[in-house]
Amino acid sequence: MFYIIGGVAVLSALIMVTNKKPVSAAMSLIVTMLCLAGMYVLLDAHLIAALQIIVYAGAIMVLFLFVIMLLNIQEKEGRLSGHKIFLQFAWIMLVGYIFISMVKLIGGGSLPARIEESINGFGTTKAVGEILFTDFLLPFEIASILLLAAIVGAVILAKQRVD
Amino acid sequence: MVPLSHYLILSAILFTIGAVGVFTRRNALIIYMCIELMLNAVNLTFIAFSKFLNNMDGHIFTFMIMTVAAAEAAVGLAIILAIFRNRETVNVDDINLMKG
Repeated sequence: MFYIIGGVAVLSALIMVTNKKPVSAAMSLIVTMLCLAGMYVLLDAHLIAALQIIVYAGAIMVLFLFVIMLLNIQEKEGRLSGHKIFLQFAWIMLVGYIFISMVKLIGGGSLPARIEESINGFGTTKAVGEILFTDFLLPFEIASILLLAAIVGAVILAKQRVD
Repeated sequence: MVPLSHYLILSAILFTIGAVGVFTRRNALIIYMCIELMLNAVNLTFIAFSKFLNNMDGHIFTFMIMTVAAAEAAVGLAIILAIFRNRETVNVDDINLMKG
């Protein structure tokens, strides 16, 4: 099951990066998000899986599609000049090097094996909520302030300027 | 059972695809989508470690990353909208006013 979902996630991520049309890219990103939600279910994170679908696949991607439709961009991603292609190639090499070192680090270190007897109600709404409202109450409140600032900022940035 | 390293490698692959997308694509909207993909890859790492260490703090971190991603998407798309209104483009190569 892991390999099927993981394969679909990687495939749709590749489609997203290589696709020319922003709408198709957004659609394949939704598929990747849904696959990651499946991963969270496999890892017993039920609340996070539900939030992933609601927040990412729902809210954020609707916002993306809304902006794409609103902008109505003409496709003109033309050919790049020589030194820009070289620059991009250099960046990709750097990223690939970082990726290889990441995988090497994963293989080299000793990772924890799965603990079979998990704590009671691992990943349920009740358990996550109990931690969130006791140990992590201050970060929770700060997150609400962040969201308020984001709402105000988005409205101010996106509103039409009245001269 | 799938070992932890496979989850981490999947997460690394997704993060790398996102990073390559940020560096190669010139459309600001697609760059934003790639950033979202990278955030999701990190979320997967948090959840996987959380499961294998039997500690639920990772879920809280993922929750916070989702909050920040939602705020970032709202503000970022508003910025793209404002840029498009002024410059009629979302190509990041054409947006070079602050390049010096």
